[in-house]
Amino acid sequence: MVQGPHPAPPRRPATPAAPAGAPEPREPARLAEAAAVRDAARPRPVVTEQVTGAQSIVRSLEEAGAEVVFGIPGGAILPTYDPLMDSTKLRHILVRHEQGGGHAATGYAQATGKVGVTMATSGPGATNLVTPIADANMDSIPLVAITGQVGASLIGTDAFQEADIVGITLPITKHNFLVTDPDDIPRTIAEAFHIASTGRPGPVLVDIAKSAMQTDTTFTWPQQLDLPGYHPVTKPHGKQIREAARLLATARRPVLMIGGGVIRSGASTELRRLVDASGAAAVTTLMARGALPDTHPQHLGMPGMHGTVAAVAALQKADLVVALGARFDDRVTGKLSSFAPNATIVHADIDPAEIGKNRAVDVPIVGDLREVIADLLPELAREQAHHGKPDLEAWWKQIDSWRETFPLGYDEPTDGHLAPQHVISRIGEISGPESIFASGVGQHQMWAAQFIKYERPNSWLNSGGLGTMGFSVPAAMGAKVGAPDRTVWAIDGDGCFQMTNQELATCTINEIPIKVAVINNSSLGMVRQWQTLFYESRYSNTDLHTGHGTIHVPDFVKLADAYGAVGLRCETAADVDATIKRAMEIDDQPVVVDFTVSRDSMVWPMVAAGVSNDDIQYARGISPAWDRED
Amino acid sequence: MSRHTLSVLVENKPGVLTRVAGLFARRSFNIHSLAVGPTEHDEISRITVVVDVDALPLEQVTKQLNKLINVIKIVELEDAASVQRELLLVKVRAEGAVRTQVLEVVDLFRAHVVDVVPDTVTIEATGSPSKLTALLAALEPFGVREIVQSGIVAIGRGPRSITDRALERVSRSA
Repeated sequence: MVQGPHPAPPRRPATPAAPAGAPEPREPARLAEAAAVRDAARPRPVVTEQVTGAQSIVRSLEEAGAEVVFGIPGGAILPTYDPLMDSTKLRHILVRHEQGGGHAATGYAQATGKVGVTMATSGPGATNLVTPIADANMDSIPLVAITGQVGASLIGTDAFQEADIVGITLPITKHNFLVTDPDDIPRTIAEAFHIASTGRPGPVLVDIAKSAMQTDTTFTWPQQLDLPGYHPVTKPHGKQIREAARLLATARRPVLMIGGGVIRSGASTELRRLVDASGAAAVTTLMARGALPDTHPQHLGMPGMHGTVAAVAALQKADLVVALGARFDDRVTGKLSSFAPNATIVHADIDPAEIGKNRAVDVPIVGDLREVIADLLPELAREQAHHGKPDLEAWWKQIDSWRETFPLGYDEPTDGHLAPQHVISRIGEISGPESIFASGVGQHQMWAAQFIKYERPNSWLNSGGLGTMGFSVPAAMGAKVGAPDRTVWAIDGDGCFQMTNQELATCTINEIPIKVAVINNSSLGMVRQWQTLFYESRYSNTDLHTGHGTIHVPDFVKLADAYGAVGLRCETAADVDATIKRAMEIDDQPVVVDFTVSRDSMVWPMVAAGVSNDDIQYARGISPAWDRED
Repeated sequence: MSRHTLSVLVENKPGVLTRVAGLFARRSFNIHSLAVGPTEHDEISRITVVVDVDALPLEQVTKQLNKLINVIKIVELEDAASVQRELLLVKVRAEGAVRTQVLEVVDLFRAHVVDVVPDTVTIEATGSPSKLTALLAALEPFGVREIVQSGIVAIGRGPRSITDRALERVSRSA
């Protein structure tokens, strides 16, 4: 049945006709969450089918709205893979390692805003999911992981491939479930999707005993959720909003610190209005790159350990910091006690536990960022009408002097190899802001955060909280599945790439043409940088022998070839653009480009771990002289 | 550091205690005592947990607890506004002439003897932590052979029930 934008109301038993135009009875606001789930299903009749537990899993995933499942079968999940084969609504993509499946699901989730789904068997299949689950938990990504468990009668006997994955993932999931009764399958999966995608998003694991998959049951949908302890607050408190607006209208040195929550809540449009209306300086954390266009004149770039001098300095000198969906992570604050020492703090987040966790807060706002900012805008206009537009000229003059004196930049390497920053900048410029960039973890990640210009949300995927090396290839794969019309680059390091490159096989076979730029400095670059700076250049176990002038193990071009991907190598600055363009032209196969870059390039600016942000170094041994500007 | 008593209403489901206890461990919150039991509602269990934390970390404790999906409600019970009790079972040497003196202490503290053998008695006592500490001090000279003690259970004074409104939520969502 084709439905227009306004589906017919559900059929009701014959009752006296209500007068035309009578309002529908309103549901109490606190039931809105549960109602949303019901409403989505309301026009459809209740489905009831006699099925096996395994079929019930597949039907539940279909009805919950899943379209793609990244997984690998094995003994305990085997019954579910049989009906999965017949599903016309679910596309299952067979990955080569469960970690790849998990990161692919989170990459998919980040590119689409939908819940990512991954599936694995019991024991080692499930434990291989631990890293991507922990990753999704730290970065608030909606993920549902379905794992098979040994039969209910075998649980607790140390059976073959038994692992207590519910116990193992307890501290790294938003919630998890063990299902042994097949009748519980639809409700549990409905709850898992609801929990994963509402409030502060996160991973939910559903561990299902094989015996439950093999038992006959009744599948019904929609499901009534049974979550009496789960009530995420989305609507902010009016009084706090007014106070935040008053502060923003009267501050002399205001900074909007934009975090990943803005991206998760889809609040970029509202954010843009707030930035414009407030006239405040704006910084986007590592998780928020793209939440505000980098071309926006009030955007100072990324704060934190490898942030721009202007972003770090603005926070240090601010009299007001409005944190929006940011969590005052140690990589952003540096030494916490000296972070933004003179600032009044407004902190808006959907997770009340983040507010006041690290930094004491003057104005706490709990709510969905989109609603928070939408409510803030009219209040800000009112306050500005009352107080007059704030005079921020002196503040911007100071900020502009930082921007002019300490722009992002890098030194050309002296060893004749490529500057990694140049390679990454050119990828960003040639591929353009409509592309998606997924990075691994380390120097290349920081350079990709610094030197690619992001213009839209969900175009930058990385492992910010957990710092998972190996994130980029599977995440790019998942993103490309979710957004097949976009160019998707994995900006990877030679260390990271060797952790998850087996998913190139998945990409080739399933026609997922991602592009991988291996920023190959033949070493674990970030660790090497710390060894250079803090361990007297004693390079303990950081040489990977993958680069120029080494034995090339492995040879990434040959490796790409072995996986049915196109392998390219670029060693000179003159070839960089042509190589990137060549990679851009190939759209029917994955491409791996081995950029052999200098291993001596370092990420600057830098605030050393545990040091005050006041001690930021623009380059090695060069610290801005703050007092001069004061 | 100060001591706080929290009543945590949770769904009566397997593994909930692990979730609560695990949260305390991984966020480095120190549990002083913990007691779990059923409530007047089958769907709800009640955990009474005593923590040693300052005010700000306490706020983190409750916020983190609230994030657990199975946690329905958390109430801090102030000493003055609540009744707090522990249960103590203690095995004391009580041979011959000493026995009368031990029984005197038992009476003084309104405790009970629940088991008697020729050379020892086992005493059951309930009360506030300070009362039980005093009882133990009084019994110490006779020779305490074994002690087992429950965590604190606590209930607010006055007519109000903290489970009422929590139960509304349970029935609404069911």
